[in-house]
Amino acid sequence: MSEGLPNPAEWVCPLPLRETKRIVLGHGGGGILSEELIENLFLPAFGTAGGPSRDSAVLENPGGRIALTTDSYVVNPLFFPGGTIGDLAVNGTVNDLACSGAQPLGLTAGFILEEGLELEVLGAIAHAMGRAAAEAGVGIVTGDTKVVGRGGADGLFINTAGMGVIPEGVRIGPELARPGDHVIVSGNIGEHGVAIMSVREGIDFGTTVTTDSAPLNLLVAAMLAAAGEPNVVHALRDPTRGGLIAATVEIARTAGVGVELDEAAIPIPETVASACGFLGLDPMQVANEGKMVAFVDPAHSEAVLAAMRSRPDGADAAIIGRAVDEHPGMVVVRTPFGTTRVVERELGEQLPRIC
Amino acid sequence: MKYLDEFRDPAAAKALVDSIRRSATRTWTIMEVCGGQTHSIIRNGIDQLLDGAVEFIHGPGCPVCVTPLEMIDQALEIAARDDVIFCSFGDMLRVPGSTRDLFSVRARGGDVRVVYSPLDATRIAADNPDKQVVFFGVGFETTAPANAMSVLHAQRLGLTNFSMLVSHVLVPPAMTAILSSPTNRVQGFLAAGHVCSVMGTSEYQPLVDRFGVPIVVTGFEPLDLLEGVRQVVGLLESGRAELRNAYPRAVCDTGNVVAQQALGEVFVVTDRQWRGIGMIPRSGWTLSPRYAEFDAALKFGVGNLRVQESEQCHAGEVLQGLIKPNQCPAFGTSCTPRTPLGATMVSSEGACAAYYQFRRLESASRV
Repeated sequence: MSEGLPNPAEWVCPLPLRETKRIVLGHGGGGILSEELIENLFLPAFGTAGGPSRDSAVLENPGGRIALTTDSYVVNPLFFPGGTIGDLAVNGTVNDLACSGAQPLGLTAGFILEEGLELEVLGAIAHAMGRAAAEAGVGIVTGDTKVVGRGGADGLFINTAGMGVIPEGVRIGPELARPGDHVIVSGNIGEHGVAIMSVREGIDFGTTVTTDSAPLNLLVAAMLAAAGEPNVVHALRDPTRGGLIAATVEIARTAGVGVELDEAAIPIPETVASACGFLGLDPMQVANEGKMVAFVDPAHSEAVLAAMRSRPDGADAAIIGRAVDEHPGMVVVRTPFGTTRVVERELGEQLPRIC
Repeated sequence: MKYLDEFRDPAAAKALVDSIRRSATRTWTIMEVCGGQTHSIIRNGIDQLLDGAVEFIHGPGCPVCVTPLEMIDQALEIAARDDVIFCSFGDMLRVPGSTRDLFSVRARGGDVRVVYSPLDATRIAADNPDKQVVFFGVGFETTAPANAMSVLHAQRLGLTNFSMLVSHVLVPPAMTAILSSPTNRVQGFLAAGHVCSVMGTSEYQPLVDRFGVPIVVTGFEPLDLLEGVRQVVGLLESGRAELRNAYPRAVCDTGNVVAQQALGEVFVVTDRQWRGIGMIPRSGWTLSPRYAEFDAALKFGVGNLRVQESEQCHAGEVLQGLIKPNQCPAFGTSCTPRTPLGATMVSSEGACAAYYQFRRLESASRV
């Protein structure tokens, strides 16, 4: 797991080390240790000016409807090829806002730290959060830290909440998908899940698959701009846990439309197909952290697709299917052989097959 | 990824389908033995492509599905013990025992771990000398060699805290049982390629001779399956009972001799209960008395558990090809992947789960 590990040469902990290089219970006690952790570790990492200390962040409202979301991150391992739990926590929340068409106004970060966590690890993760937030053009504006005793958490857990503003006239929601809509996915699927599995299970696939974790708010902004008029992009969903299938099934259910996916059009990298074949997993059920599924008015789908493909975060975007009147709430995959199968969300986790 | 794409080519598939349809003068009833093949047939809609020419009967080749209930209950009892780390392949975790499954044992504090290889379990045993580490050794001839190797490996390492709960099953006795049944409808077999890559093909000639049934060894990709079907249909149409190998890139006649030696060293043939089917003589492997110290059933004294199956579950008839999964009264109503009455609804290789997963559109349009 060399790829994602913090490189001490790149990251210098500015925290006065005092007695320890590790988190102690006192870091969550609200005293001097807590303050030092915030002032010397979190604020520099987040690129946030010290400013007056207060209990809540105050944001200017630029006008428009407000989107609000929260998500907790408990991923193990903390570092994996191409990413860390930190950038995942920022990108995930930015992307949940983007699914409503919102641009982020501010993020919160809540940490539950396990006693004994190395400060170097926490610092690398906080810096990854700062970098991801900068890429999305949003600040981490307030936060909270608690420390639990050893064994009470798996290294650290992060909760991020995000507030965003939806541009005037934009209405996007899973209930707004309509029969006829083209289904677009913004790029290769399955990379994040395979990257995590390769590290967690110690399986060498002969090549490194890196996470696709990325903020998608700017991609969504480009899609909305390309649409040219309001109400072209009907529904957006980031296909995280449960993958492409869960995302499309949820939209099909909510909107009461059927969905037909063209299996041959779905961009699946060879490495992902190979790893999933090996483990008996379905790439369409594997998690993504930097992809968007969009239901788009077919009259404008080519323009939206072209705008996506002109950006690095949408270069492999493809139209993979359409919404239909038939079989409402159900997603049907058309195979390259012309046959069909119904796909459904997993009950819980996907389980690798025996043989 | 040549080894995948080459065997999923739609144009080549169409040519094979056309060829099968041209040669079939009637609907032939073919059983694919292996659950992996069932999964691929349903996933890719190969049964739809051949509708009218071939009726597929889905055989008993899903290890999760045929592992007997008492074995699941033994696993649950062992896994719930405080001093045990219980290791299993992933899809055994959701298989219902009499009252619960391995997931619920884990939720109540049992240390149940998903592993990808039995050698992971021996490593866990070496790393945790104060714990008993038990591996759930299920499956057909395909998974057995790695399980045998892990016992030999544990012995080499001198591990006294590693043991295996063994419930291995064998394909040829199950095919014999199906062909001997007075209700048998199977006219030709697709034999399981990965089983044959271990055991070779010679075990199947006696079945061809005794029952006059064509058997074609094949693989799991769409073109493998279609080529296997093409050969079976060709043999049936010309009235010939022969053994053919349509999977030569993985299977040779002698099989994997080194694996067979390990199997012969570690396991002995035994009578075995098949979930939903019943007792089939000499149809499984258990640990040889020479390796009794690695036998978890002996170590934990759970070998005598006896239990009753749900009377609502018709998995036995499904596994013998007497009914299709969606002909079971419980299918999709009292029996779903969320509340499985039998193991065939659990594993993604199970015929009932494959139907539930991929064929609900058909069921929905029929009602």
